Amino acid sequence: MSQILNGIPGSRHLLMGNEAIARGALEAGVSVVAGYPGTPSSEIVETLAKVSSKLNLYVEWSVNEKVAMEVAAAGSFAGLRSMAVMKQNGVNVGSDFLLHLALTGTRGGMVIVHCDDPGALSSANEGESRHFARMLEIPLLEPGDFQEAKNMIKWAFELSETVHNVVMVRSVTRLSHASGPVTLGELPEVEKNAYFNHNGFILDPLEGPVSCLPVPHHHERQQEKMKKAAAEFEVSQFNTYNGPPRPELMVITGSACHLYCKETINLLGLQGRVGLLKLGTTWPLPKQLIRTHLEKTDRFMIVEEVIPFLEENVKIIAAELASEIGPKTFFAKRDGTFPGTNEMNPDLVIAALAEILEIPYEPAPPAYRRRAQDLTQSGAPGRDLTFCAGCPHRASFWTLHNVLQLDGREGFVCGDIGCYSLAVLPTGFSTLKTLHSMGSGVGLASGFGKLGQFGMMQPVIATVGDSTFFHAVLPALINAVHHQSDITIVILDNSGTAMTGFQPHPGLPVDASGNAVPAIDIAAVCEATGATVRIRDPFDIDSTRETLLELLDISGLKVLVLKQKCALSPEKKAGKQFDVSVDEEICLGQNCGCNRLCTRIFKCPGLKWDGEGQVSGIDDVICVGCGVCASICPSGAIRRKEVA
Amino acid sequence: MMKNVNLPHDPYNVIITGVGGQGNVMASRIVGNALSRLGLRVTIGETFGASQRGGSVMSHLRISTESTWSPQIPAGSCHLLISLEPSESLRVLSSYGNPNVNVLCNTRPVHAISVISGDRDYPGIDEMKSWVEELSESCWFLPATEKALELGQPILANIIMIGAAVGVGILPLKRSDFEAVIRETMPSDKQELNLEAFDLGRAMIAAIVA
Repeated sequence: MSQILNGIPGSRHLLMGNEAIARGALEAGVSVVAGYPGTPSSEIVETLAKVSSKLNLYVEWSVNEKVAMEVAAAGSFAGLRSMAVMKQNGVNVGSDFLLHLALTGTRGGMVIVHCDDPGALSSANEGESRHFARMLEIPLLEPGDFQEAKNMIKWAFELSETVHNVVMVRSVTRLSHASGPVTLGELPEVEKNAYFNHNGFILDPLEGPVSCLPVPHHHERQQEKMKKAAAEFEVSQFNTYNGPPRPELMVITGSACHLYCKETINLLGLQGRVGLLKLGTTWPLPKQLIRTHLEKTDRFMIVEEVIPFLEENVKIIAAELASEIGPKTFFAKRDGTFPGTNEMNPDLVIAALAEILEIPYEPAPPAYRRRAQDLTQSGAPGRDLTFCAGCPHRASFWTLHNVLQLDGREGFVCGDIGCYSLAVLPTGFSTLKTLHSMGSGVGLASGFGKLGQFGMMQPVIATVGDSTFFHAVLPALINAVHHQSDITIVILDNSGTAMTGFQPHPGLPVDASGNAVPAIDIAAVCEATGATVRIRDPFDIDSTRETLLELLDISGLKVLVLKQKCALSPEKKAGKQFDVSVDEEICLGQNCGCNRLCTRIFKCPGLKWDGEGQVSGIDDVICVGCGVCASICPSGAIRRKEVA
Repeated sequence: MMKNVNLPHDPYNVIITGVGGQGNVMASRIVGNALSRLGLRVTIGETFGASQRGGSVMSHLRISTESTWSPQIPAGSCHLLISLEPSESLRVLSSYGNPNVNVLCNTRPVHAISVISGDRDYPGIDEMKSWVEELSESCWFLPATEKALELGQPILANIIMIGAAVGVGILPLKRSDFEAVIRETMPSDKQELNLEAFDLGRAMIAAIVA
């Protein structure tokens, strides 16, 4: 971390892709950085926030990605270099503003970094944000390794100032969350003066007001900027070719896939036969450069994630030039060479290239692989996703699930985005019945709650996290109150954006850089809308259950705030609240009338089931001492003792 | 700036595996940083986030004198596997193993939810050892978590395993390389305990190999 600020220019360091991006922004002299946490992007803003007090740098975790883009754009309009950072779906959230920003253009260099998650390794979607660049007509860059992640960010600011428009830089999980060697550049001494020049002629892009009107004028200028960007891309150092002048086949790729292709060519020893065209400037594509390479051979393999973006755009150029360069064959996604979903990896590229070039390749002796797979099947039980030991969400969903069963009217819970999304699975007793985007649970509940006139009598609950509440729930909450939708919103307040690493949100008295700031009280906000509000501790199972049952019988909009810190929070990690143990004399195991409620249903990872001795137990290494299991054991066999 | 380093293969591929929460990422960072300080080009691939809660986790380390490689190791190409949990070693070997792989494995199981619920059985450690032995060129099993509990913090099993990996002598690392990274990256009140864990791991492997 310290090398981000103190690393000597010219020295090489092992940096996470996100740290390389952060360093690149510092080398560009960035002044304003805003983002919303989201895996795999969060470490960029975190890294910059940590060094912000030592530089003249403003960093914030904004309430959501749209506001982050707006905050960053304000910096640009005032002449500063600014950056907005988010995961892939953040671009969707901010896209309305982005559409208009692309039309007005920018002043100080402005870059949007978006980290996509092919394979949805930590997402509820594997959405592509590259299409926004084509749809909104703005330049797009994709770094192909860690060094480029740093260098390209710096160049993106320069490009933004050359074309006077926002530039998108797309990373992916396997780059953002991977680490590699990065040689540092200089940190500049920049004089930073913010001033918004707005008194010039209405159409003056640098001195007039910043407005989309008149649209045709701005749209035309925007397209001129794209031509200028394309000209820059024709000679960009971020597009490279390695291979023979006339390869048998050429691989066209970019981003992390570039590393898989490089690996494949090396592993199969194809350096003399296969060419590798790595593209870093992927929208608009540099047509002349693509033509030069299309002329080198007739067979191409295109490797990318996830939707065939590069494939389609290269094919358009090939079609336009067909009469001059002749027909070309492409191995990519549309012909089924590569799957249309999920992330890529070296094995997919190795298998495809080996098949096309008829090279025999076995990753390991087949007998070894079969044996290893058989042993894994029998000896390594699969690990279903689960809430952590001591997670407040397990207790909250235990009660939600039981209350809906007791209520007996086939009620259901609309879910939202956070760790608690896992409650669609058995770890949350499969309580969630809808799961979409940030804030959508309350929006859906607001709609369900108005279906009484069509005979729907089922109770409707929505669960949202504290950070999600501020991000996108407020409009839906107000909609539900205003339209008297009959629903209960349960706010699972674990005091931070826990899933992505405890980034602060507006409900907390601290900002990204650690400064004291006013906290906004969630319960008070809900009360101000006219909702009936209760606050409980989800670890107090009895009281939470009684309160929920009471709320389900009240009409109108009800809010239950369940406050308990995340089990991974620094405060919780500091020590156990309870020593938990099982009294083996009292535990009845399979013979308990509860049907092993603790290990068969509640299934906290801190519990153990001894099949031979037929008793439950506590795994002292994993148990964090929340003591909730003691509340659910009907025999009183699980004991908890307050740690002195 | 590269010191004289001999790698058995280039790139040399190490996988550190375990269950979310066992300190996998921390372990890979420490090893990666120590190797990087020798002038080697290290690439690390890993996943973390909500999808890893209680799930199997892997860090892929590529160690090279020449180049940056894919953050995902190709199938069948692992040279050294450091496993913080016994059954995870099998899972990794089924994709990345080969008859020449070396394995260092912690003996303490972390039971999957299906084992806690009683739907699946977790194999005995002797059975597990014989399987890993069958699938590797050499393997060493260490009670790292038990030793870490004696130090008062079970999470230190990851550092004990790193100490053992350095002790085996396959990685081109010395104690001083590890110590330099610990001094630079850890808060001062945690440094001594981590060094103690590292030394414990080295002593444990020395006792086994001897």
